[in-house]
Amino acid sequence: MKDMPEKSRRDFLRDCAIGALAAGAAPLAFAGDVNPAYANQPKSKVIIARDPALYGSGANPEATRIEKILDRAMQAFSDSADPIAPWKRIFQPSEVVGLKVNTIAGPGLSTHVALVEAICERLKQAGVKTGNIIVWDRTNGELERAGFTLSSDPNRECVIGTDSKDIGYQETVMTFGTVKTRLSNLLIRCDAMINVPILKHHSGAGITLAMKNMYGVNNNPDKLHANNCCPAVADLNMLPPIRTKFRLVVADAMTGCFEAGPGFKPQYAWKYNGIIVASDPVAIDQTAWDIIETQRATHGLKPLPQVGLTPKYIAVAANAEHRLGTNDPSRIALEEV
Amino acid sequence: MNNLARRTFILTLLATSGMAACQQHAATAANFFPDSAPGWSKSSEVRTFSPDRLSEYIDGDAEKYLKAGIESASTADYKYKNQMQATVDVYTMSSADAAKTVLDSEPAMDAQTPTLGDAARLYAQSLIFRKGPYLVRMVAYQESPQLPPALLDLGHALESKLTR
Repeated sequence: MKDMPEKSRRDFLRDCAIGALAAGAAPLAFAGDVNPAYANQPKSKVIIARDPALYGSGANPEATRIEKILDRAMQAFSDSADPIAPWKRIFQPSEVVGLKVNTIAGPGLSTHVALVEAICERLKQAGVKTGNIIVWDRTNGELERAGFTLSSDPNRECVIGTDSKDIGYQETVMTFGTVKTRLSNLLIRCDAMINVPILKHHSGAGITLAMKNMYGVNNNPDKLHANNCCPAVADLNMLPPIRTKFRLVVADAMTGCFEAGPGFKPQYAWKYNGIIVASDPVAIDQTAWDIIETQRATHGLKPLPQVGLTPKYIAVAANAEHRLGTNDPSRIALEEV
Repeated sequence: MNNLARRTFILTLLATSGMAACQQHAATAANFFPDSAPGWSKSSEVRTFSPDRLSEYIDGDAEKYLKAGIESASTADYKYKNQMQATVDVYTMSSADAAKTVLDSEPAMDAQTPTLGDAARLYAQSLIFRKGPYLVRMVAYQESPQLPPALLDLGHALESKLTR
């Protein structure tokens, strides 16, 4: 799986299919392998870094300012004075690292390319090989519409959708609770994952940030929207490849959506000018809920529970059956830098 | 014709008519989108989604359209003077009431209400209107003082094509 530059990209794509078969043959573990970053910590750190001048006078945030808030957030997250050190601590040079972005809403409300480029730069500086970085989402079409350039050039990061020829989903159906699904071969292929979601209201789930972004790693998200996506979001996040590979959330909160999401409707979007970093997906989702409620209140909109959109899956993800993280504010160390 | 043959014949007939209906929807939807309007030109093919595939396009938004009753959704991209990009969605709902239900479910905020279709809302970067069973949503990705009147021009061009 290592040293992708020595292999052709065609080999990599073929190996995705082989790896999927191998994973399918292995026994599926569903307990005892929780990522220690996600649970059993005394407090979960959630770092918000914002820059009111992020967008300058243009329509897009400035790349140099994005790099600065990314460094501020990551350094605060890991108590480090060095911007590279946090990445070295989390990822090994030999690993294949995936970035799961969120591009379903098109150009107005998708993970910014400049943020992804800044993360990739830091990963490379931390020793991760360029050809071992995979930026991915459900489809090539959505990635391109969001401004990403698809690439299978081994000299640069791979940018690819699960719907690409030779990728697809695992044959094996994985289950937990209410969820029966097949996961992307790209997820199986990666050793470690970074979740790079968008801060959004969601007309079904209430809000979407870290955990709901996993609806882009499986083959049947349309079957998981009943009852405010609860407990489906929490159940999906329990599947071992998701639970154990996602080590970090770097949420793109430069532009957020406070109503009628998750599609881009400019009248319900606002510039929050920030990014949010955490390793606990429950804590960061709880924080996102608070941010969206605050913005709704400024527009005179009712709190989500009053309009039947409580993001119930957040509390379920924290319960004894799931233990994916904490939604208890007293156990969330929230810091704005 | 024995039972098995009759069942096979009926299933084939249903499948064929379903496919034909879907193709007809797509063909009709393509006609909604003008190739051009003052300052605007269509920059993509029209994509059409049936109700069972709607979430592939709009994810969690799909639920409210399905609940209200939708027949299909079609979308195409436009460019304004080769500078600004916009996406236009046409939702063909099952009735005028269904189109009204979806529009009314979204808070009006500080919308202007131009004369267009049966009801319309104009914002700095978007235009939404309904006409009969059709709900049209236009979203631009940049802000500009030119944009609201330009969106209205495109809206009028599209409205004239919304016929069943």
